[in-house]
Amino acid sequence: MVQESAVKITRKDVAYVAYLARLRFTEEQLELFTEQLNTILSYFDKLQELDTTGIEPSTHAVDMCNAFRDDVVQPSSAVDDTLKNAPAHERNCFKVPKIIEG
Amino acid sequence: MARKLYQMTIHELHELLKNRHISSRELVVSMFERIDAVEQRVHAYITLTKQEALQQAETADQKISEGSAGPLTGIPIAIKDIFCTAGIATTCGSKILENFVPVYDATVIKKLKQQHAVLIGKTNMDEFAMGSSTETSYFGPTRNPWSLDRVPGGSSGGSAAAVAADECIAALGTDTGGSIRQPAACCGVVGMKPTYGRVSRFGMVAFASSLDQAGPFAKDVTDTALMMNCICGYDPLDSTSVNRDVPDYSRALVREVADLTLGVPKEYFSGPGMDLEVEKAVWHALRELERQGATIKEVSLPHTAYAVAAYYLIAPAEASSNLARYDGVKYGYRTPQETGLREMYELTRSEGFGAEVKRRIMLGTYALSAGYYDAYYKKASQVRTLIRRDFEQAFQICDLIVTPTAPTPPFKLGEKINDPLQMYLSDIFTIPANLAGLPGLSIPCGMSADGLPIGMQIIGNYFAEETMLRCAYCFEQQSEWHRKKPVLA
Repeated sequence: MVQESAVKITRKDVAYVAYLARLRFTEEQLELFTEQLNTILSYFDKLQELDTTGIEPSTHAVDMCNAFRDDVVQPSSAVDDTLKNAPAHERNCFKVPKIIEG
Repeated sequence: MARKLYQMTIHELHELLKNRHISSRELVVSMFERIDAVEQRVHAYITLTKQEALQQAETADQKISEGSAGPLTGIPIAIKDIFCTAGIATTCGSKILENFVPVYDATVIKKLKQQHAVLIGKTNMDEFAMGSSTETSYFGPTRNPWSLDRVPGGSSGGSAAAVAADECIAALGTDTGGSIRQPAACCGVVGMKPTYGRVSRFGMVAFASSLDQAGPFAKDVTDTALMMNCICGYDPLDSTSVNRDVPDYSRALVREVADLTLGVPKEYFSGPGMDLEVEKAVWHALRELERQGATIKEVSLPHTAYAVAAYYLIAPAEASSNLARYDGVKYGYRTPQETGLREMYELTRSEGFGAEVKRRIMLGTYALSAGYYDAYYKKASQVRTLIRRDFEQAFQICDLIVTPTAPTPPFKLGEKINDPLQMYLSDIFTIPANLAGLPGLSIPCGMSADGLPIGMQIIGNYFAEETMLRCAYCFEQQSEWHRKKPVLA
């Protein structure tokens, strides 16, 4: 059981993050995820022991800047190939459920 | 008893093929006989491609008869199911990609095909490479050939087990936090993660793009060098690929370590969870290298204890973004339920992803969400800088860093699957090299009393793969561990 004082993320928070991530959970799964995420997030508290004031964050493993190439048209996948793995398609388009209700 | 073809190494088989003592076809047939005999127990593969392999063997035999055989021509290679293979299902161990058939080859696959290597199948893996045991695969776990109730490590557990069980001659894997080195250690084979940017990521299903790197599994160091020669190199299709000449790694394999100083980080040999047999085996190997003339020096990597926490914020953050593409529209699984668009996304992703993938998407989404970004993602990225600096300082006084690959021998199936944090901590020694972008290699260096393999990790400076391979080669020449085989028959 997660101690009240150690709660990092509530069940309500978990439900909201699931909404952001386009995931859906049953009540039981929400319960389990809340507990597991609390354990993991509590472990991350370790990082707060370190003073990182003024330390530049690393977003890449090695120093690199933009990779440019000349703006020349290159071959890309054919339309038929691109649609081959689509769950649904129609007339060279991906087909999705109706977006605008009404 | 004469050794079977499937038991041999790339360099041994290349001699036999080149001198026309055997054909690639014979070799592939031998390989599939072995697979038929043991695969049911090991479950190293998701897809086997026997027909395609026999066709490729025929072409390889033709190339050999024309006198144009490369080191990998006609050699059966297994591919982690994370690399796109044109016309062959690429599942990434997930239900969401169960029926995905790529229309192009990953760059590394192209490179293997250019040498006329024979691709025999796609190996099992943790779903989207998220795991350290291959248990999160939608297609069921792979078993460790040394002990079938143990995990082969992960996430490239299928590739490691296939090499160990002689179900392929060598294999490809990927390593985001140890996914080549840790399974190599668990299965008693050699595994190498090159410097970030050394190998193209084009056509590799993305998990955490700033950490992912492809690399080989092989039966010995010489084969590892031959695989590296084939897969390394600049690729304009991967913007993080590094434009730098690729040396002939096999030329680095000379018996000379007297010029090397090996750094032993004290932080990797202490602390709870460290198995005494592992510690002893790695020290034994270090003493052997010292006997050959290497200098051993204690070094410090003071931020090691923070690496797992930093990694499990950075990798899930990148994953939550990378995996947003699985929306049931362009490829992959879509829920069969009739719904509106938003519901379709939610049901598709909830039905298509397994628990560990969802857990990491949730962690990453949370760490990047408004109000938590600074406390989690930014903090972890700053700690990543501190970890890089640790290595920069250590490499001022040593040439290579030597550590255990994993804190324990392979654990039991089911032992950690319900305790995510314990599972994450099994990557404690491999994660720092990914965060820093450094190359790492695991080589067999011992056995536990229970007969389970133990691996030694060699970490090099950026693009120091030649020095790492040379050190590993020198150890291997005085060791029998790489010749030991699990009993499966």
